[in-house]
Amino acid sequence: MSISINSEQCRGCRNCTEVCPGHLLAMDAEGKAFIKYPKDCWGCTACLKECPVGAIRYFLGPDIGGKAMYVYTNKTNACLEWHFVTPNAGEKIISVNRSDANKY
Amino acid sequence: MFKSSKEFGYSEEFGYSEEFKAQELECDILIIGGGTAGCFSALTIAEQSKAKVIIAEKANIKRSGCLAAGVNALNAYITPGETPESYVEYVKQDAEGIVRPDLVYSMAQNLNRVAHKLEDLGVPFLKDADGNYLSRGKHSVKINGENIKPLLAAAVAPKGDIRILNRVNIFDYIVKAGRVVGAVGFALDASIVYVIYAKAVICATGGAAGLYKPNNPGFSRHKMWYCPFNTGAGYAMGIRAGAEMTSFEMRFIALRCKDTIAPTGTIAQGVKAPQINADGVKYMNNYAKATTPHRLHATVRENQLGRGPCYLQTKGITAEQEVDLYKAYLNMAPAQTLRWLERGTGPSTQNVEIEGTEPYIVGGHTGSGYWIDAQRFTTLPGLLAAGDVAGGSPKKYVTGCLVEGEIAAKSALAAMQDQALQSLQEDEITQIVRRINSCFRGQASPYMVEVIEGEMQKVMDEYAGGIASGYAFTVAKLKIAKTRLSELEQLALALTVKDRHELLALFEILDRLQVCQVVIAHLAARRETRWPCYQSNSDYPAKDDAHWLKYVNSRQVNGQIQIILRDVEKEYEH
Repeated sequence: MSISINSEQCRGCRNCTEVCPGHLLAMDAEGKAFIKYPKDCWGCTACLKECPVGAIRYFLGPDIGGKAMYVYTNKTNACLEWHFVTPNAGEKIISVNRSDANKY
Repeated sequence: MFKSSKEFGYSEEFGYSEEFKAQELECDILIIGGGTAGCFSALTIAEQSKAKVIIAEKANIKRSGCLAAGVNALNAYITPGETPESYVEYVKQDAEGIVRPDLVYSMAQNLNRVAHKLEDLGVPFLKDADGNYLSRGKHSVKINGENIKPLLAAAVAPKGDIRILNRVNIFDYIVKAGRVVGAVGFALDASIVYVIYAKAVICATGGAAGLYKPNNPGFSRHKMWYCPFNTGAGYAMGIRAGAEMTSFEMRFIALRCKDTIAPTGTIAQGVKAPQINADGVKYMNNYAKATTPHRLHATVRENQLGRGPCYLQTKGITAEQEVDLYKAYLNMAPAQTLRWLERGTGPSTQNVEIEGTEPYIVGGHTGSGYWIDAQRFTTLPGLLAAGDVAGGSPKKYVTGCLVEGEIAAKSALAAMQDQALQSLQEDEITQIVRRINSCFRGQASPYMVEVIEGEMQKVMDEYAGGIASGYAFTVAKLKIAKTRLSELEQLALALTVKDRHELLALFEILDRLQVCQVVIAHLAARRETRWPCYQSNSDYPAKDDAHWLKYVNSRQVNGQIQIILRDVEKEYEH
């Protein structure tokens, strides 16, 4: 499991490099963020939530059941939207209202 | 405390372009680690005084520590019908008597108050029609904790005289005449060694992950339960400085969803899913107890007896329940929801396979950590401990860590009153800076930190009761582990690094090796089996209350770990 960053979308704001609790992200020569140590990702998704353009994709490695789906987040006023994208570009969204407590 | 530069293979032959330089800072109270406990300590100090605080945080307090991904319940709360006294009793039962009732009680008295404070900070709670928190089990209330860490960090940021040093790795205390008077660390964004002087120091660095070979040792090696960036620095600094530590043999091993290592309590308690084996038998009924370690042990046992894999029986839950589980996991462990969606088999159609994790050392769940008094002072004058790094008080969870942070803050405020700042001599500072710079120089080693880390985890797995051996060990195996770890430490001390990221990794592996040695010494010292899996001593497989209702404590003196046994019934204060 790890993340990847779509460099075409990345605006170089550095929010993700600053928040990553493992110091795993860095900026490349073009001023775009990338993950320098992909195997050290904890999967906390802090970077996804910091990214203002949804450029960061979280995925599972095949060692823990991953089949190339990825997820990115988008914040609306009330909700954190999780966009799950399949390899053939199908998309499912689960929207979690940030003011709702968990039922479980 | 500081290894001489010689021991680190210092050589003038290899230059390094970016020399570290020292920068001295002063404050009243230094808080090491800006996680759950550390942030709450800072908040408490700012609300009650004008004291000057520095939080030194290895990452960024916005999402550092265990709560980076969020948390979906507060598991330490006094629900209606329960009392602080009943909470102490519950913790005592679960920990088979090896707890400090004074610590657990002072925590339990304040759990609900800090929970309400979290609500004031903006954490949503699930409530009934009358506005009371809805409970999940006897000791837990339901929240949406996805954003809990940013909320705590935001509360700290504008308050009082708090300076936050993000991305600074503290690696040793400054000790003068036996008193902790500050700490030293290096920055990760600049070549600066911070020498921080304080009238009191609160250690809140968290526990230790990554000691044992993890469940997913390949690409997803960091898909573990406990934060992999909590590398036991606070323990290791204390051990090196001669602090007394307690209960490192009481390891914590979590029962988790297979592969994603996501929590199981949300499913087990949320949709009332029982644990079943491959034959569909609810096996917990066949075991004597259903405490936290026994639920894990029963699962390990079922697998050993050829009745695995084991599951949480979720098949048949409603579509609405399934969606609510998806959301609950997104708020704390998104890998689980991703896996369900990715594989097209949600919990309503497929039971959730469960497994035990590798062992962790974590004082918020079990009792491992600094031996502290009721005010949260460690045995080193000037040093307090709070949260996962503090021992003797299992089942703190989030709220307990907040309370402990608060108690430590109040004690630090009282203690600093009659203290003056002390400082290091110039040559002492030069020595520290040289030690850091020397890590960049010297003979190239054929090994890398990553290799040493993998070997350490393999040794711990095979010889000190990891997953491979069903968590059991023998004293003979521990002896092998001790020797192998000493060899690995020598190899690690000879490593050279290329950049600050590698420097951090080097210090982390040295800390982990130090913590592992103490874990081994404690495992060998307890000549009984007190908790199945957490501490399964195959040479002494039975629980022995007549001789072992004792805390196993230790102190490192002249490089040797000395075991100290303390009766649980005796006085707690030191």
